Amino acid sequence: MPERNFSYHRFIYTLLGVGFLVFSGFVYTQAVPENNHVISPKAVAGKMLWQQHNCSSCHQLYGLGGYLGPDLTNTLSTKGKGKNYAAAIMKNGTQVMPNFHLNDTEIEALLAFLEQADKSGNNRVHSYEIGLDGTITSEGETRK
Amino acid sequence: MKRNSATIFIATALAVFLLGMFFGLLAAAQYVMPGLWRDTLPFTKLRPLHVSMVVFWLLLGASGCVYYFLGTEKLLKRRTRKWILLHYGLVCFVAVGSAIAYFSGNFGGREYWEFPPYLAIPLVLAWVVFLGVFWRSVYGTMKRWPVYYWMWLTGIVFFIFSLAESYLWLLPYFGDDLVRDMAVQWKSYGAIVGSWNQLIYGAAFFLMAKISGDNSFAFSRKTYFFWFLGLTNLMFNWGHHIYALPVSPYIKHTAYLISMTELLIFGKILWEWKRSVSEMRQFFYQMPYRFLAAADVWIFLNLGVAILMSIPALNLHTHGTHVTVAHAMGTTIGINSMILLALAFYIFGQVFGALSPKNMMKAKVGYWLSNGSLLVFWLALMGAGLTNAWYQWYEPEMPHALLMQKLVPFFAVFIFAGIFLFIGFALIVFPLLQQFFSGKKADTETKNIPPFEILEPSKKQAYANEYA
Repeated sequence: MPERNFSYHRFIYTLLGVGFLVFSGFVYTQAVPENNHVISPKAVAGKMLWQQHNCSSCHQLYGLGGYLGPDLTNTLSTKGKGKNYAAAIMKNGTQVMPNFHLNDTEIEALLAFLEQADKSGNNRVHSYEIGLDGTITSEGETRK
Repeated sequence: MKRNSATIFIATALAVFLLGMFFGLLAAAQYVMPGLWRDTLPFTKLRPLHVSMVVFWLLLGASGCVYYFLGTEKLLKRRTRKWILLHYGLVCFVAVGSAIAYFSGNFGGREYWEFPPYLAIPLVLAWVVFLGVFWRSVYGTMKRWPVYYWMWLTGIVFFIFSLAESYLWLLPYFGDDLVRDMAVQWKSYGAIVGSWNQLIYGAAFFLMAKISGDNSFAFSRKTYFFWFLGLTNLMFNWGHHIYALPVSPYIKHTAYLISMTELLIFGKILWEWKRSVSEMRQFFYQMPYRFLAAADVWIFLNLGVAILMSIPALNLHTHGTHVTVAHAMGTTIGINSMILLALAFYIFGQVFGALSPKNMMKAKVGYWLSNGSLLVFWLALMGAGLTNAWYQWYEPEMPHALLMQKLVPFFAVFIFAGIFLFIGFALIVFPLLQQFFSGKKADTETKNIPPFEILEPSKKQAYANEYA
């Protein structure tokens, strides 16, 4: 950086840094859909179980996670699936998924967590509206 | 020549790199043989072993290069040596600790850092030590800093900030709300990736200055402009990970807008293509330059994919498919690893001398094998991802197991290419490790040792003809 321009650059990068901090604050406080405000202690316990068993290494929520298993964001409200289907898989595992030997309380907690995920939004690819400018809007996207 | 702390970092990184690739191969095998080691070594353990080891390769390798270059500039104070070793010890502690945690099924369950949260404390401490040593070495000359010092500083600072931020989920305000948690998680991960890129690209700039014998570009307005662009992307471009998440549109639109500035970088590559090719002809005989040239090609391919994936309407289809994996692998292996290998060859060449002719031949074979198989590997993943996107759109009701079956041919090619990729990198890494463990210059004829800095332009072409 040429010495004579140092002050000018310092101003630009300070501005960038301040912009980053303001944006971070915005993300921390604004990025929440209305219908996701109240979360039950059971769902919180389910989220912890999700992490303890490293479920995201195979499964996705909103397309984020591993690719070996299916995306589970809306699995509970998907036709032909639902709670019983999910509980049976959690209980026994599959050909690919190990049996984690979960007890009934743990399965209930995980179901509560998946229910919360399901309520938070719709991740089905056809549910998004594509704008002319290339942006996408999720169906029923409501935020504070 | 004596081993130093920088070469210890790099040698450890090289070993961790091979280990990470090995776990990756085992994990990939589960795509074509579902249920393989389901109860003993399931995917939930193999994936984090693979991801974390590769991340430690990048972190250890980049830190070693920064220390080496600070050393060559005579900036490292003698008393910082114990702090550098503490940095090394802390990172190794976390790497070993995380591997033990994964094998024993003790997870924190977050992508990249699947280890229990307490292991993040020594990792943050390691980077605080890194920051202290770096600052102690270069402060006072700030007004005359070349761009790579700024890149290293911002890389270190953002790593500390973003790693700490990625653990905000421990606070109920963040952790109890899935959407807020995921938004903050991917905000921090975007910046973490950007932070190690700053370290690695900064080291690559330093290397280019060494190879060409001219560092004036490191002070130019154009270089600073592109660094500014990179930094802005590090801060605001992460939103493309969460286009699908029901968060504020401002977050998504900011990411969309900022990511389009990458077109300027893309344009720069195209604009300078002819010059790059002529430069490549001039320096290609040198192994470090050869890896930098490969990284350039991979930057071009992956930046193109990144820009396309940043358009939300396209991201809608590619998100959550193997196109994302292709992009992640392409950048980690094709760009970051190629640059780090270039740096390893340069630094080991300086410290231990040139490789023996036999090992040099192995490394050259490894270079072509790794790049060729990476291209096949990358294309197989792109194919799997695009096929997945097609079925997702036209047959959304298709069960996941059936979809995976349809992708098996792509996975088979991907694994086959992965095996050759591993062999290619092993051919490159083993000679370097052998050189490190022997700890002395190889007994080679002088004519086999190409100089790393050629200052006279007339001689450059002569060397190029001789060693090409």
